[in-house]
This record gives sequence, C-alpha cells and structure tokens, in this order.
Amino acid sequence: MINVLLIILLISLLYLSIANRLLTYIKILAFQGVILFGVALIELNEINTVNLVFILLETIIVKAILVPLFIKYIIKRNNITRETEPFLPNFVSLIIVTTIIVITILLSNSITDTHLEKISFIVALSTLFTGLFIIGTRKKIITHVMGYLVIENGVFILSLAIGNEMPLLVNLGILLDIFASVLILGIFVNKIGDVLKDVDVDQLRNLKD
Amino acid sequence: MIGIYLIIAFFISGTLFFNRNTKINNLLLIAFLLLQCIFTVYEYTHLRVIELEYFKPDALGILLLITLTIVAIPAIYYSHLYITDHHENNRSRGIYCSAIVMLITAIGVAYLSNHIAVTWIFVEITILSASALIYHHRNERSLEGTWKYVFICAISITLIFIGILFLSMAMRQAGSTDLTFNNLLVKAPVLNVFWLRLSFLFIFTGFTAKLGLVPMYTAGIDAKDKAPAPAGALFATVLMNMGFVGIFRIFIIISHTTIFTWANNVMMIAACLTVFVATVYMVKVKNIKRMLAYSGIEHMGLVIIGLAAGGIGYYAAILHIILHALVKSSFFFQFSQVYKVFQSKSIYDVGNYFKYNLTGAMVILIGFICATAMPPSGMFVSEFMIFSALFKAHQIAVLVLVMILLTMIIWAFGKNIFKLLFTPVEDFDDSHVPKINPWHSSFQFGLIGLSIYLGLNPPLQFVNLIQEAIQNLPH
Repeated sequence: MINVLLIILLISLLYLSIANRLLTYIKILAFQGVILFGVALIELNEINTVNLVFILLETIIVKAILVPLFIKYIIKRNNITRETEPFLPNFVSLIIVTTIIVITILLSNSITDTHLEKISFIVALSTLFTGLFIIGTRKKIITHVMGYLVIENGVFILSLAIGNEMPLLVNLGILLDIFASVLILGIFVNKIGDVLKDVDVDQLRNLKD
Repeated sequence: MIGIYLIIAFFISGTLFFNRNTKINNLLLIAFLLLQCIFTVYEYTHLRVIELEYFKPDALGILLLITLTIVAIPAIYYSHLYITDHHENNRSRGIYCSAIVMLITAIGVAYLSNHIAVTWIFVEITILSASALIYHHRNERSLEGTWKYVFICAISITLIFIGILFLSMAMRQAGSTDLTFNNLLVKAPVLNVFWLRLSFLFIFTGFTAKLGLVPMYTAGIDAKDKAPAPAGALFATVLMNMGFVGIFRIFIIISHTTIFTWANNVMMIAACLTVFVATVYMVKVKNIKRMLAYSGIEHMGLVIIGLAAGGIGYYAAILHIILHALVKSSFFFQFSQVYKVFQSKSIYDVGNYFKYNLTGAMVILIGFICATAMPPSGMFVSEFMIFSALFKAHQIAVLVLVMILLTMIIWAFGKNIFKLLFTPVEDFDDSHVPKINPWHSSFQFGLIGLSIYLGLNPPLQFVNLIQEAIQNLPH
C-alpha cells in the first residue's frame, strides 16, 4: 500500500513538470499533502499517539489545506497571471524529470545497505531534485516558492523512513516546514506584492556587482 | 544557566518589540549586555559541564562566545548611535533592537550546542532575526536582499536537515540514535561510510550559506550590504563563525573515519574556489560595503584552507577566525561614519577622508593593514601559519595559487581604500559634512588593538583553549 502511494507521488511529479497553470501546481501540492498524510499514517506505527496525531494534523491541515489556500490567496491578491512561464518547453521538462527519476533509481540500486527502503529513498530524492529543477527553470517568484515546497515534501518522505527510530527528526522536519512556509509566504503576502508589481525574477536584479 | 539566559533574553527581545518608550528601550539593551557578559563569564568558569542535556560549553564554543560578547557590546552601542542619527520611529527601532538581541542570543547558544539538531534549530532562529534586520529600511532593494537571503537560507537549512537525516542513517549501523557530538565522536569509526559521505556533503553545503563559501556565499553578501552597518558587522563576523562551528564539529567526526582525506579534498576545492571568486569580485566591486563582505569571504576561504591542510593549520584556522571577527567588525562600524560624511556607498563618490574625519581615517588605515595581514597585524601570524601548513602538507600548487590571488586582492582592496582616504573627489560639496565625534571611534581602535595583541602576544589561557578545541583532530 505504502509503495502504491509513493509511486502515485512520483507520477504527480511528472504531471508537475508539464503543468501550464499555477492553479494546477497548487492542486498538485494539495494532493501531495494528502498522500503524505497516508504515508505517515501507515509508516509511523511505532511512535506514541500524541506525536502521531501531531504529524498527521500537520500533513493534512498545513500541507494539504492551509498552504495551498494561502498561495491561492497570494495569487489573487497580487494579480499574478495564471501561466507558469517556464524557460524550457514542457516536453524538455518532462524528459528531464524522467531522467532525474531514472538516475535516482540507478543510484539507489548501487547502494548496498540492508536497512535502506529503496522506494522511499528513490521517491524522496526524485522529489527533491524535481523541486530544485522547478526553482531553476520557472520565471515567476511564486513558482520558486512552490518548488521549495516540493523539496520539503521530499525531505518529509526521507524523514519518515527513519521516523520510527527517531521521531525527533520528523518533528524537526515539520518545524522546518512551518517555519519556512510562514517566513517565505509571509514576506510574499505582505511585501513583495506591494512593492513589486507583476512579480517575476527579472525584477530581482538590482543587487549585483 | 543556559535555560535562564534563553528565557531572559527572549523576554527582553519580546519586550523590546512591543515597547515604544526610549528610556525603557535603552535600559533593556543595557540589561541584555549585562546578561550577555554574566552568561559568558559563567560559561567560561563552567567549561565542559553539560547543561540541559543538549548544551556543552567546550573550548571552541567558549572562544567564539567570548568573541561574540566582545563584538556585541560595540554592535549595540553603534546601533544606538545609528538609530539616533536616523531619527527612526519607535516602531522600527523596536523591531530592530528586538531582532538584534534575538540574533546575538541565538548565535551564542548555537555555539554551545552539543546536539546537531539543536544547532540546526538555532540556525533557523538566526535566519528569522537576520531577515528582520536586512529589511530594516523597507525599500525595494532591501526587500530584494531579504528575499534572496531568506530563500537561499531556507534551502541551506533544508540541505543541513537532509544531511542530519543521512547522518542518522549512518548512525543506524552503529546501533545508536543519539545525535550528540560526543556520542558521534565515540561512534565515528563504526559509522556507515556511504551515508556519512552524503551527510558531510549536504551539511557542508548547507553551512556554506552561513560561513560564506562557494557555492552558497551569495546570500550573505546581499545581507551585509542591505542591513544597517552595525547589524552588517554581526553578519560579517559572528554569524559567519556560527557556520564555522557547524562545519568544524562535523569535520572532527569525519577526521576519525576512513573518508578523512576525501573530505579534506572537498573542503580544499571549495575553499580555493572561494578565494578565487572573492578575487574576481574584489577587483570589480565598486560598493564599499560589498567590498568588505567579499574580503570576509576571502578570509573564510583561507580558514577552510587551513583546516584542510591540517597540522598547524588547525590552530591557525581558529586563531584566524577570531582575529577576523575583531578586525572586520570594526571596519563595518567605521563604515557608518563614512556613510555619514559622504552619503554614498560607491567608491566613486568618496575620497579625502582624512580631511573630514581624522580618527575614522586612522581606523580605516590600520584596519586595512590588519585585514590584508601585513605585519604587525595579528592576522599576519595566522595567515603565515596557514601557508606553512600548506607547505608541510606538500600542497605547493594550492599555495602558489592562493598567494597570487591574495596579491590581487591586496591590490584591489588597497586601490579602493587609498582612494577613500587620500584622493579628493571632484564636485563634492563639503559644506554639509557633519562633524564626527572622535570618541565614537574608540571601540574600533579597541577591537583592532585587541586583534593585534592576540596575534602577537597571545595569553596562555587563549592558547590553551585553542589547543583544547583542536585536540580531537589527528596531529
């Protein structure tokens, strides 16, 4: 069951690479939050109940509901156009994300560690690198933020893999999640929209040498 | 004591945030400085005593904590001058003072942390408070600087977190879940090498954003440029030292494993690239504050070269990072006065500084001699040790490369500094230049003097502490 969920998450990355509209990105982020909820529910069967409830609430409320709604609100408030404006054609993006997945599969096959849960490792690393790829190849600042959230989902899967032995680290991951979402999105909603109209990275070119 | 310190410091920070009364604001700042001094003395007298499970004032932590306190006192004093000069409103003063108190607290506690995850949490808090300081002027450029800083630092702490996850996977083979540095050091020989390698790469890359090395040095440059100069002084010195603590502690663990040589090579490559990048920008840069920031990057490159070279380089690295903190902070404090005279950061708009502010110009001249490590600068001693460590490690190619790059840096740095000090600017209307009180430079002379003293005639306790900090490294 857990593998099915993780593979669905992997497929959502492929969909992310060819999505054209910001709204689709938001839906995928919410969907990934729901999947992470399922994974955490099944995977973390050995930690105490209070902690488990905290983690589950974080995934379902913060990742799947609050953050997507918040981004939607930002887009509406700042009148950001609905296109994602990638630097690369969608077809090339798809090929690159596929290559990322293939490379992580090859990489994890070369590891000889009996403790390793291969599928989580592959999905976590692919999510991480896809997030970095999205940050690198999209023009709007808001898509950079969403790329960062995708990276955090990858980190969350990675932390779940050792969550039963060290629940502290899963909690730290959640702390990172909340901290970064609040700080980054907070700056965005309050400031960037007011100071910079029509937000894309071309406007962030004043500080240079 | 750490618990009490944290509670009082966060309380002071919170009160400063909401307080609008000038007198209470000043009293709270003085109270915080007193607390910081008491805390430092207490930790110094309780060396190696574990507190609250996760904190242990070891030799490195204490050395850097004392440096932090020494830099923090003038930083708060100059912040006070800065706020009075700029006629800040009460709200923005509250945010500034609250953030600077929080920043100093978080840095100090991060030095003393004995658990990698606790260090990580306090690194997060420094990002939060630093972003408030960078955004102090609330204009478009400071927003750009804040955004870049926050985004890059968010990625950097994510990388550190991934590194911690890999470290815990490496620990699984050793059959332990305790991630304190002491335990990691004991278990180091039995850690899984594959995961440890990945972990080192991620943690090192993550901390480069704080320390200011290639690849993530960019965030810090914008931060030091856009933040008010007293806050920039903290960013350019003690905050960078926090990155050093993170890398140094993980480096000690790696030094007891089979991948030590590999890790040294990784660090050497990153450090050489850093010095190279610093050279390229130093030659090109026209903004004085950014020039100082790039000079800091160059020194951090030298520090990591010292670590990677080994032998006497370990001692030199720690000495260098402390002396650099003293010299560079006085440079940044002096910059406030330069800006007051010329109302510009650009090298084209400044000149003949001796005429307008004699004491300030002396600080810049002596500071330049110290920062470029010319005798009698204390940094001459540490750089000399780093070079002899490179000799002993048979890294002659690196040595030659670094020497050439440093020569170019001294040329570029000197060109700009001498322009600032001696060359008169055309069409500069000096009727509005304010008179600057020479006593305002006294802290800067003190810091530079201390750096010369510590380099040329280090007290015995100081040497012993450095020796103790590096005792776990192979000799």
